[in-house]
Amino acid sequence: MSKLTAADFAPHSNEHHCHALSRPSLSYWQDAWIRLKSNKRALASGCLIIGLLIFTLLGPLLWSVNSSEQDLDQLSTPPGSARSALIIPDYEPWAGPTTTVTELELAGSATTQSVRLQWTSLPEANGHRVYRNLYPVGEEKAYGIPMAEFFDNNTLYFEDRLDLSPGIYYYSVVALGNNRRPATEAATIRVDVLRATTVDEAIAQGLVEEGEEIAVGDTVNIALHPLGTDYLGRDMLARLMEGARVSLFIGIFAPLLYVLMGVVYGSIAGFMGGKVDQLMMRFADFVVALPFLLFMILFKISFGIGPGESGIFPMLVAMVVLLWPATARLVRGQIMQIREQGYVEASKLLGAKSSYLILRHMLPNTLGVVLVTLTFEIPRAIFTEAFLSFIGMGVAPPTPSWGSMSNEGIKTMLNTPHELIFPALLISITVLAFNLLGDGLRDALDARMRNTE
Amino acid sequence: MMWFIGKRLVQGLITVWFIATATFFAMHNVPGDPLLNDRATTAIIRANLEAKYGLDKPVTTQYFIYLNNIAHGDFGISFAQENREVNDIIREHFPVSAILGILAVVIAAVGGILWGSLTALYRNRLPDYIIMFLVILGISVPSFVIAALSQLGIVTINSLLGRTFLPVAGWGTISHMLVPALVLGLTTMAYLTRLMRSSMLEIVNSDFVRTAKSKGVPPARIFARHQLRNAVLPVITVLGPSIAAITTGGFVVEIVFAIPGLGRFFVEAVQQLDYTVIMGTTVFYGAFLVFMVILVDVIYGFIDPRVRMN
Repeated sequence: MSKLTAADFAPHSNEHHCHALSRPSLSYWQDAWIRLKSNKRALASGCLIIGLLIFTLLGPLLWSVNSSEQDLDQLSTPPGSARSALIIPDYEPWAGPTTTVTELELAGSATTQSVRLQWTSLPEANGHRVYRNLYPVGEEKAYGIPMAEFFDNNTLYFEDRLDLSPGIYYYSVVALGNNRRPATEAATIRVDVLRATTVDEAIAQGLVEEGEEIAVGDTVNIALHPLGTDYLGRDMLARLMEGARVSLFIGIFAPLLYVLMGVVYGSIAGFMGGKVDQLMMRFADFVVALPFLLFMILFKISFGIGPGESGIFPMLVAMVVLLWPATARLVRGQIMQIREQGYVEASKLLGAKSSYLILRHMLPNTLGVVLVTLTFEIPRAIFTEAFLSFIGMGVAPPTPSWGSMSNEGIKTMLNTPHELIFPALLISITVLAFNLLGDGLRDALDARMRNTE
Repeated sequence: MMWFIGKRLVQGLITVWFIATATFFAMHNVPGDPLLNDRATTAIIRANLEAKYGLDKPVTTQYFIYLNNIAHGDFGISFAQENREVNDIIREHFPVSAILGILAVVIAAVGGILWGSLTALYRNRLPDYIIMFLVILGISVPSFVIAALSQLGIVTINSLLGRTFLPVAGWGTISHMLVPALVLGLTTMAYLTRLMRSSMLEIVNSDFVRTAKSKGVPPARIFARHQLRNAVLPVITVLGPSIAAITTGGFVVEIVFAIPGLGRFFVEAVQQLDYTVIMGTTVFYGAFLVFMVILVDVIYGFIDPRVRMN
């Protein structure tokens, strides 16, 4: 046995035997945030949503083109079209060829101002008919649209000023035989029409900076439309930004309001329990069964908004009034569960009041589920807005929304797909981003849903 | 079981009554009335007409007349189309919507169960990734865009084959129904696939599957007998709400594919403010949906005895 010293009788420090916390203690939200951060898809979606919000809110500051202004020179122009325009002299009437003509040919240069054709009489012709086509004539002799007819051989020239846009045109002159019927003789010319504008027009449209001198023969750039224009010549980018405001406003505010309403309703029902709960939930069941579209119409009418007018506000009200029961049911279920938990019992024993129980224990514990519901309700609301605008019950023209823009774009889908693609793409990306973020949030916040996927 | 069905039917009837009541009072508050006409209507003519159609009676009396009419299956006469009863419109166009909807639900359910089980079986392997990518796409792209794109696809196929392989729009034969039904069912199919996948994954780790495995039951039998039958239950629960989703989706598909269904007529009635048609189709659709949900519940009750007991 060793000798005991005074040091052995010193008070024992409890440092060594205590279970030290090896990791910092994390609150529910810190834990959720760490989980969310490790989820690449959810994080990317979150960035995308922030980008969309910037596009909507700050975009109009950078791109201040009026979304309802029509650029009649550029109707349904896809993005990336050539923008240069030649400055030419003012239009002067044309009195026919001044030089000798040997075949079907152009007089002067072909521009969007006018295309001047001159030709010599075709063999055995008693007159001529002029056609214009956007495609080559080909084997089947598709000459296109008849532009003019001349029933004698005196007039051997034609000036086309009808709705010319830059590009390739095929002009054909067909000989008219006896009885003014088209004969087989024909001549075709391929014409490359250049965009042209006059000095006055260029200044009037603001294509020339102040103080800059321009003269005939110069080229100027016509108005820039980064994402092209729609069928009325309105700038797509500006419209998409303005449409985003409508779509995201409805898409974010409506769910915020009706989820909040559902939370209040559901927590009251869940907390009260018994008869009150039964009654409240039965009423929610009825509201679920109510037809959404009918109430849309009703609200529109009761707000004094006609069939053709924009109905953002009635749409919001209809969504809030009719779509809250799903959240209410969810929150009620949660509250019912939490009510039976030990910590609530303990809190009650300590004399907590109802308001304290609800605010301190019940609502914070349902917040995760509510947040997840909210992110899933946002894409639904965006879809609903798009659907309503598509069938003409939502936002009415000229106010753009992504739904109404898609609706307009579908009509010209084959020729100018960009008018459908951009709004549809934005809807899809937004919905996708919110869905993925919702998945990530659910994994991070909802302990029971964890590890199921 | 009979008691369960009876209880659900009574609940359904009350719900339909609620819809009808809400529709009536909502419509009653709409300003304007059918007798407000461009043509001059003198006060006496107006009073006579109102007496004839019961419009001079108090609202509650009108409400009971309306309920009585609905109970007898009479939804009134169209405001916008001459000499057409709402019943005729429903009788003529509802079968078209119903066929389209049923086909879509079947496609969505079968597809959802099939793809969902496939992804669960091939979890975290290539087929899972491909199908789940398509599912996300199906959930994110609005139905009218899918409808338009599928029309574009049909046009391309037809022009490649040089003959009409599938019609682009219209109604009549099976080939007319196929693509619209597929488009209509697609979003629901995507949701069901997700649901099926997660419920299937839960089942894969359950005790009874492990027991079956250790007993040496062949995998195909485990899949069919133990996993599929249990995993399919949550999918059947959401089929009721899915039918509602498919009905509203039907409006868009019917417009895009020019299908003469009730949805298209409803949208037209909405645009023309044809009140009786709106009311009639709303109550009819509401009743239809309520009873479809009940039907699903009853089927579910047959499959899962726990529901009956509760």
